[in-house]
Amino acid sequence: MLTKVLVANRGEIACRIIRGCKSLGIRTVAIYSEADASALHVSLADEAVPAGPSPVAQSYLRADHIVELAKSVDADAIHPGYGLLSENANFARLCRDAGLVFVGPPASAIEEMGSKVSARAMAARAGIPVVPGTAGAVESAQEAAEAARLIGFPVMLKASAGGGGIGMVTAYDEEALLQAFESSVKRVKSYFGDGTMYVEKYIPRPRHVEIQILADTHGNALHFGERECSIQRRHQKIVEEAPSSAVTPELRERIGGSALRLVQELGYTGVGTVEFLLDEDGQYYFLEMNTRLQVEHPVTEEAYGVDLVEWQLRVAAGEQLAPELFGREPARHAIECRICAEDPVRFLPSPGLVTTLRLPEGAGIRQEIGIREGDFITPYYDPMFAKMIVSGATRDEACARMAEALDRYEVAGVKSNIPLLSSIIRDEEFLRGNTHTSFLRERGLTSSV
Amino acid sequence: MKTVASNMAGTVFKILVSPGQEVKAGDDVVILESMKMEVPVAAEVSGTVAKVRVGEGDFVNEGDIIVELE
Repeated sequence: MLTKVLVANRGEIACRIIRGCKSLGIRTVAIYSEADASALHVSLADEAVPAGPSPVAQSYLRADHIVELAKSVDADAIHPGYGLLSENANFARLCRDAGLVFVGPPASAIEEMGSKVSARAMAARAGIPVVPGTAGAVESAQEAAEAARLIGFPVMLKASAGGGGIGMVTAYDEEALLQAFESSVKRVKSYFGDGTMYVEKYIPRPRHVEIQILADTHGNALHFGERECSIQRRHQKIVEEAPSSAVTPELRERIGGSALRLVQELGYTGVGTVEFLLDEDGQYYFLEMNTRLQVEHPVTEEAYGVDLVEWQLRVAAGEQLAPELFGREPARHAIECRICAEDPVRFLPSPGLVTTLRLPEGAGIRQEIGIREGDFITPYYDPMFAKMIVSGATRDEACARMAEALDRYEVAGVKSNIPLLSSIIRDEEFLRGNTHTSFLRERGLTSSV
Repeated sequence: MKTVASNMAGTVFKILVSPGQEVKAGDDVVILESMKMEVPVAAEVSGTVAKVRVGEGDFVNEGDIIVELE
């Protein structure tokens, strides 16, 4: 087993990973920026080392420096968490070249899945359904328009290096596509340094469904079913659940089987998530793979009674998957709400001093949080500061518990999205399980998603 | 005196105007950055920039006066 892990992250996920290490008797080292010097994750770790100034580019994103820090404290592994360096193939290589265990997949798998164009091509090779679209990049507006005519409008123009919906455009006709192309390329180039675009068929009202996979280094792999993450604002998830109300056991096995074929094709190890769109007719299409632990991993943990962080660490240390992990079915229904310091209507960030913080407790309620009352939520990092996960025997029970728990969640000093989450959980279409990625806009729960 | 106030809490990423400059209603005067989002702040009325009350990198709260117009 590993003996000392440096956690190259911050906030709630750093706290979660530190807890996971502790349960396995692994010592932990936190890193922190100037703004995070007295953060919760720092106080939970056995040791902590400064990583640099507050902006992420000068602290949490300094791959070379973080590897040096790990060596200096005699860590034998680095856990990257999510975001930051977690999907940086170069960082994974630097760790391994320095003799450290990178708690994640091989660098080659990160690279293959990092480009949407190559990920899509590999999925298609593995026989996994992909959204009809261009096999490769489109070089010009004319090429995009030609591709769109073959696919059929409406189409989506997407960035190969993209994420978070940046540069993504839905075009209902050729004129709109031609008009949007140049500005979209420019925007994508400035964000990702790579303006490669591709065109895909637009699927109306899809659900976002993703499969949690786990693979060891001995050739064993399994999936823990799906999570549904259709409730999104600005193309980012805010409510996730497992299982999905649209997925039958039979469909679960088919989508899960597709995800495992990709795992095999990639030589993937560790935890990972294969994302799909599920259309209104039950057809599913590969979207992308996240080669890391996911923000919403706790809903799978609660539904399946498994500790994904523990298994991520075990597999990184070379252990084999235990036989009892295989063949599980979701035993409970779990829902997660992401608690963000932001205006619930305009979605604008709301950093500041947290003057009151009281978290509800009770049966089936689990809290993941990266701050304490009296902490300052800085403008440097993501607005999500906590997650609340609630489970029940049925979806109805989980929804009722979540609604009640949100009412008792007290945060003051910063604005939070709790009023929005509360409306979502009580929405009659949500309660019926009629969710899709345009849900917030269609239900009038926001003016600006 | 006419003023332009911050529309969210965050740090001043870029100042787009300087004293003496004419601005029209709707023109962006400052770009704020907060939690990985860049949000422009526009003047609600036209005028001449009298004073820029903040510097790049400063932290501002929602409602803080950023620019004075005359």
